[in-house]
Amino acid sequence: MSNLGDIQHHIYSITVENKFGVLSRVAGLFARRGFNIVSLAVSPTEDERFSRMTIVVDAASAPLEQVTKQLHKLIPVIKVMELHPDDAVERELMLVTVKAESETRSQITELASIFEARIEDVGFESITIQAAGRPDKLDAMTDLLTPFGIVELQRTGRIALPKLSRRPQRLRAVKTRGV
Amino acid sequence: MKLTGAQALIKSLEHEAVEVMFGLPGGAILPVYDPLIDSSIRHILVRHEQGAGHMAEGYAHATGRPGVAMVTSGPAATNIVTPLCDAYMDSIPIVVITGQVPYANIGTDAFQECDTVGITMPVTKHNWLVTDAQDIPRIVREAFHVATTGRPGPVLVDVPKDIANQQMDWYWPDGVDMPGYKPTTKGHAKQIKDAARLMSQSRRPVIYAGGGILKARAAEVLRELVELTGFPVVTTLMARGSFPDDHELCLGMPGMHGNYTAVTSMQQADLLVALGSRFDDRVTGKVGAFAPEAKIIHVDIDPAELGKVRQPDVPIVGDCRQVIEELVKAVLADKAKHSGDDTQWPSLAEWQTRLRDWQRDFPLVYDQQPDGPLKPQFCVDQLRDHTPDDTIVVAGVGQHQMWTSQRWKFNHPYTFVNSGGLGTMGFAVPAAIGAKVGMPDRMVWAVDGDGCFQMTAQELVTASSERIPVKIAILNNAYLGMVRQWQELFYEERYSEVYLSPDLPDYVMWAEAMGCVGIRVDSPEEVEPAIDKANDIDDRPVVIDFRTDYREKVYPMVPAGHSNDEIILDPAHDTYGER
Repeated sequence: MSNLGDIQHHIYSITVENKFGVLSRVAGLFARRGFNIVSLAVSPTEDERFSRMTIVVDAASAPLEQVTKQLHKLIPVIKVMELHPDDAVERELMLVTVKAESETRSQITELASIFEARIEDVGFESITIQAAGRPDKLDAMTDLLTPFGIVELQRTGRIALPKLSRRPQRLRAVKTRGV
Repeated sequence: MKLTGAQALIKSLEHEAVEVMFGLPGGAILPVYDPLIDSSIRHILVRHEQGAGHMAEGYAHATGRPGVAMVTSGPAATNIVTPLCDAYMDSIPIVVITGQVPYANIGTDAFQECDTVGITMPVTKHNWLVTDAQDIPRIVREAFHVATTGRPGPVLVDVPKDIANQQMDWYWPDGVDMPGYKPTTKGHAKQIKDAARLMSQSRRPVIYAGGGILKARAAEVLRELVELTGFPVVTTLMARGSFPDDHELCLGMPGMHGNYTAVTSMQQADLLVALGSRFDDRVTGKVGAFAPEAKIIHVDIDPAELGKVRQPDVPIVGDCRQVIEELVKAVLADKAKHSGDDTQWPSLAEWQTRLRDWQRDFPLVYDQQPDGPLKPQFCVDQLRDHTPDDTIVVAGVGQHQMWTSQRWKFNHPYTFVNSGGLGTMGFAVPAAIGAKVGMPDRMVWAVDGDGCFQMTAQELVTASSERIPVKIAILNNAYLGMVRQWQELFYEERYSEVYLSPDLPDYVMWAEAMGCVGIRVDSPEEVEPAIDKANDIDDRPVVIDFRTDYREKVYPMVPAGHSNDEIILDPAHDTYGER
C-alpha cells in the first residue's frame, strides 16, 4: 500500500453547483489536461444548492495554477480553494477486513483499539475494522495490519476543511453572495 | 401565455435577435422545426450537419454575432462535433441546438440516441440538457450569454423531443444569474501601469497581436497604441486583418510559415506585448528557444492563458479593447512623466530600420514563368489584386491557407476567416457560405485546396439553392499538398497516400452539377480573365479550378519542434543561405 502522506500532492476544496453532470465536467477536465487524481470525495454542503468536492491531485502531474484556472473556467464551479496539508484538517474513513485466526485475533483487536478503530464485523477467519482519521494514520494502521493478511480494504478518499485561525480576529459582517 | 417547449425555443431565439440559422431536421428535432415555419428567422437547409456548424462559424467570424445551428440527435449531433471543436479552439461564438430522444428514453440506446452532452463537454464552453420546458428561455438566454461574453466559444443546448412538446408558461428573463460565470473584462490598473513602464524601457519591442483583438473589436484602439508607441506588430493567423498589412509597422504573420521578419523580430525582441494571443505552438516553435531575450506582457480575457505556455512578466486579465484603451492612457501618462529622459521611450528608429532591412532582404518569393506551370502563389496574388479591398477571404487548411495568409493584404478586420487551432480541412466552403449570409453585400472568396474541397463541397448545393453567391478558388495541385511537403522534407520523399489526381473528380462538371458556374484555369494568362468573370457573377456560386504546380512548397518554414532561429527560407534565397 503506497503511503499517501509521502506523495507530493495538492488538496483542492471545490464548491460546485449541486446539479447532475458536474462531477463529470470536473473529472473530465482533470482527465483531458492530464492531471492525475489521487482521491476524490463529493457530497452536498450545508446549503443543498452546492456540493463540495475534495480532490487530491498528484502535484507532479498538475501545475497548481493551471488546475485552479482551468477549474474556474467550468461554469458550475463556484469556488476553488487549494488547501496546504499543513493548513487543513483532513479526515478519511477506511474499512479493512483482516485475516484473524484465533491466535492473532487478540493482537488485531488490540491494534484496533490503539488506533481508536472499531470492530464492525467478526467472522470465523477474519475481522472487519472501521478506522477514521488523518490519511497518514490510516497508512500506519494499514502497514501494521499487513502482516496479518489484508483480505479487502476500501478507503473513502480524504475530505478536508481549512484550519481555523488561532489569532483573534475582528468580527466582520459577512455577506453571502446572492445565489 | 402557454407555449410548447419548441415554440418557446424559437421565440427565445427571436428574442436573442437571431436572424438566420443553419440546420437540417430529423426525428428528434421535428417539433422545433414546426414553429420555425411561422418564425421571422431565416433557415438555411444544409446538406450535412458539419456544414451547418462551419456556416455558423463563418457567420460569427464575419459579423461578430453568434452563429446558430440546429440539427437532430445521434448522427447529426456527432456530425457537428467537428465544428464545435473548431469553434472551441478558435474562440468562435456559436450556439448549437440538438434534438434528443424523449427524456424517458435517454439511456436506453433508443433510435438515434447518443450522449450529446457527454460527447460535446470537452469541446464546448458549456452545454445544457433541457429537462423541463419551463427552463428553455432561461437556458437560451444563458447559452447566448456564455457564447458571446468573456472568451467567446461554442455552446450546445440538447432538447429531448418530449420536452419540446411539453407545455410551459412563456416568460423572458431579464438577465442571467450564473454565480460561477463572471468574466473579468477590466484590466488591473497597477498591472497596466507596470506594462507601460516596461514598454518605456524597450528598444526592440514587438506587439504580438492574436485573435483576441478581433473578438474584442479592438482593431482601432490597437492602431492607436501602435501609432503612439511606434511598436511593430505581428498578426497571427487568427489576427490577420486586425492591423492593416499596408501599415509600415505591420510585419505580417509569425510562426511556422510566417515571414522571416515577423519570425525573427520576435526571436530578437527584448519585449513582446502579447494581446489576445496564446503562444500557440505554431507560433512559438520550440518553446524553450522562443524569444529568449524578451520580457512578456500578456493580455488575455482568459486567465488560464496567462502562464500556460510562457510565464509573463506582466500578466493582465481583461478584455483586449478595454485593456488597450487603458494602456494607451498609461503610455501617454508615462511619456509625459519621463519626457526629457533619453533612457525612457527611446527612439526605435534603429530597430525599425533593422526590420525594414530584413523585409527588403528576405521577401516572400516565388517564380512564375509566363509559359511555365501555374504557381499557386501567383493565383493568390492575382485574386488579391483583382478583388475589392474589403473582400472577405475564407481559407481551408493546408498549403493554400498559408499562401493566402502570407500573400493577401488584409487591410480591414474581419476579412480573413479560417480554421486555425483545430486545422479543419473542409472548413472553407461552408464557412464562406456562412460569411456571405452574414455579409451579403461583401464579396466572399474562398481559397481552397483540392483535398479540402472534396470534404465539404456538397454545401455548394446549399449555396446554389439558397442563392448565396460565394466564389471558390481551388488551388488544385492534385495532392494533399502540406502532407506531401512534409513527406518531401522530412520523410525522404516517400509519398505515402497523398496523391489525389487533378481530374478525378472533374471539378468543373462537379461545380456545374451543383448549380455553380465552373471554370478551369491551366495557364498564367487565363488567371485574371477567370477571376474577372467570376467577380461578375452574382446570382450563383462560382468555382475556379486552378491547376497549380504540385512541386511548390510553403516557405519560410520552421520544422515542427525546432527553434524559430532555424527558419528555412525558400531555396530561391540561397544567396543568403540558411541562417
